[in-house]
Amino acid sequence: MTTDTAQQAQHGLTEHSHGAGAPDHGGSAFDTVASFDVADHVVPRGREEEWRFTPMARLRGLHDDAPLDGHDYEVSVDADPKVVVETVEATDPRRGSSGYVPNDRVSARAWAEADKVLAITIPADVVTTKPTIVRLRGLSAEKAAAGHVVITAERFSQSVVVLEHEGSAAFADNVEIVTHDGARLTLVSLQDWADDAVHLSHHHVSVGRDAVIKHVVVSFGGDLVRTSVTLDYAAPGGDAELLGLYFADSGQHLEKRLFVDHNQPNCRSNVLYKGALQGAKAHTVWIGNVLIRPAAEGISTYELNRNLVLTDGARADSVPNLEIETGEIEGAGHASATGRFDDEQLFYLMARGIPADEARRLVVHGFFTELINKIGVPEIAERLIATVERELALGEGLPAAATTH
Amino acid sequence: MSTLEIRDLHVSVETESGPKEILRGVDLTVNSGQTHAIMGPNGSGKSTLAYSLAGHPKYTVTSGEVLLDGEDVLAMTVDERARAGLFLAMQYPVEVPGVSVSNFLRTAKTAVDGEAPKLRTWVKDVKQAMDQLAIADDFAERDLNTGFSGGEKKRHEILQLELLNPKFAVLDETDSGLDIDALRVVSDGVNRFAANGDKGVLLITHYTRILRYIKPDFVHVFVGGRVAEEGGSELAEKLEEKGYVDYVGTPA
Ligand SMILES: Nc1ncnc2c1ncn2[C@@H]1O[C@H](COP(=O)(O)OP(=O)(O)OP(=O)(O)O)[C@@H](O)[C@H]1O
Ligand SMILES: [Mg+2]
Repeated sequence: MTTDTAQQAQHGLTEHSHGAGAPDHGGSAFDTVASFDVADHVVPRGREEEWRFTPMARLRGLHDDAPLDGHDYEVSVDADPKVVVETVEATDPRRGSSGYVPNDRVSARAWAEADKVLAITIPADVVTTKPTIVRLRGLSAEKAAAGHVVITAERFSQSVVVLEHEGSAAFADNVEIVTHDGARLTLVSLQDWADDAVHLSHHHVSVGRDAVIKHVVVSFGGDLVRTSVTLDYAAPGGDAELLGLYFADSGQHLEKRLFVDHNQPNCRSNVLYKGALQGAKAHTVWIGNVLIRPAAEGISTYELNRNLVLTDGARADSVPNLEIETGEIEGAGHASATGRFDDEQLFYLMARGIPADEARRLVVHGFFTELINKIGVPEIAERLIATVERELALGEGLPAAATTH
Repeated sequence: MSTLEIRDLHVSVETESGPKEILRGVDLTVNSGQTHAIMGPNGSGKSTLAYSLAGHPKYTVTSGEVLLDGEDVLAMTVDERARAGLFLAMQYPVEVPGVSVSNFLRTAKTAVDGEAPKLRTWVKDVKQAMDQLAIADDFAERDLNTGFSGGEKKRHEILQLELLNPKFAVLDETDSGLDIDALRVVSDGVNRFAANGDKGVLLITHYTRILRYIKPDFVHVFVGGRVAEEGGSELAEKLEEKGYVDYVGTPA
């Protein structure tokens, strides 16, 4: 163990005062209960604003009382030699160092019941040469489990961390991502679960002074995958890019929730989530909340969600929400577009001799390529493209979404 | 020799108040080695004819036939028509974000030829065709038609025409939106294609301007969804002077 945990703890304390989970302004749509105490979070029933899109019956009790003491999973690590990956006790001071306070019952339960913490630390000034990949492979969805990960990118470090999830599981976890001054971190969370998996995941990102974070969520598999990302700034000058890619098949529920809390001046955030859907009852939800507090002068923010509905019977919900409490900003905007396959694009490609299936593949590729390029991790780009291919092959033969003329 | 025959073609589009007939019995035969100009006022159905030949799903053929060397074109899917040798240069080429021009060209060439082009010669052919059409090299890596100016889109249509080298080219107002230099460049491209021998060209235009560069063997005046008059290139000169007033009653 090479990291200076005392210094880490100090950082944790100083950052503690701006927890995103504890909004201190009244009347906002973003008010949530923030507490480490599970009892403070009533069991959601599905009518609550934060749960109204989620099929509660498929949560396997993660939101209620289902024990989270399962350990039916394996973890393998392929780390850059300069990155420190450790399994530490729940009492380790790095836990909580992002300032996050659980903002729903699932997150609070996972916090209370995770008995170990996976701590990934990129020491100060280290520039890594390869991504650090942590792969969690679930072996069964019978017993639910809880997890906790803390990623600390120390001052001026530069690195890429990938958290992969595969196999079967009922899993609730909290992931804390802490970037110190001037650090540059790309964090990719990839959910490529088996069909029966349920995964509820909370990420909290604390962006340090002049730090640059690229946070990426990619969801392909799983019966129900719900990711909630909250982000705030520990100091001015931070730059956050939040990217997401999801592809829902028949019966899948993929829910992406974001809350960017502009609580510091002169920071930047840019959100781009893109999803594709195919098959009966494929359902995606994107909720993009951005709050610009009075202190957040000179910031700029933009969020965009685009969904491509490939077949009839699939449903994409998309709700951007921007709340501005200061006029002194550089720019703020949001957009959301959900559309069916563009028949004119298909016609154009086919009119050049390209068969329908291949034309469709080209268009979907085109749709995701921009995003995959933005992720900027060549080691996983090819795999993402291949997975998109695989998903598309699943959808071949399904009737295309009704044409709209 | 190849022949494209259009016989008594009736086409309608779906509107809110039911189907509306746009083409009302079009007869036209194009043999390879010939260039036919179709001229007509706005809204006369020129693009409808072009799209119907290519198989656009918006248009419903209610009667008539289209035969390419005796084969029933109307029974073919859009991509089959292209592979059979029909090419449509569109009036409004479609933007396809995320698909690069070079990837698109290679995919289309592979589809039309039934095999991937040989890499070395292909790269050279593309480069040469782009140079001849005054298309800058960096366009190969741009997204297909995305953010192209009107004139750039038209030049790219002709680039595809030259590279895919079909039997019949239907050019829907390829001249509109071009300045005089671009018009010359594009016309040269069409003439190069036609000079490959055994090629037929159906040139749809509203103006006579392009006919200074591309000489039609036949001119068809298209009004109200059918051919109103046919003749040689002298007909174009008459249209140049008098417009479509004789056919529609008002200057168009
Ligand atoms: N969906 C539709 N509903 C109603 N009318 C339509 C529809 N689509 C096309 N039309 C009509 O069909 C007619 C022919 O259109 P078309 O585009 O073929 O004309 P065009 O000769 O190519 O005209 P232009 O010179 O402007 O390109 C027009 O009157 C047009 O308004
Ligand atoms: Mg037209």
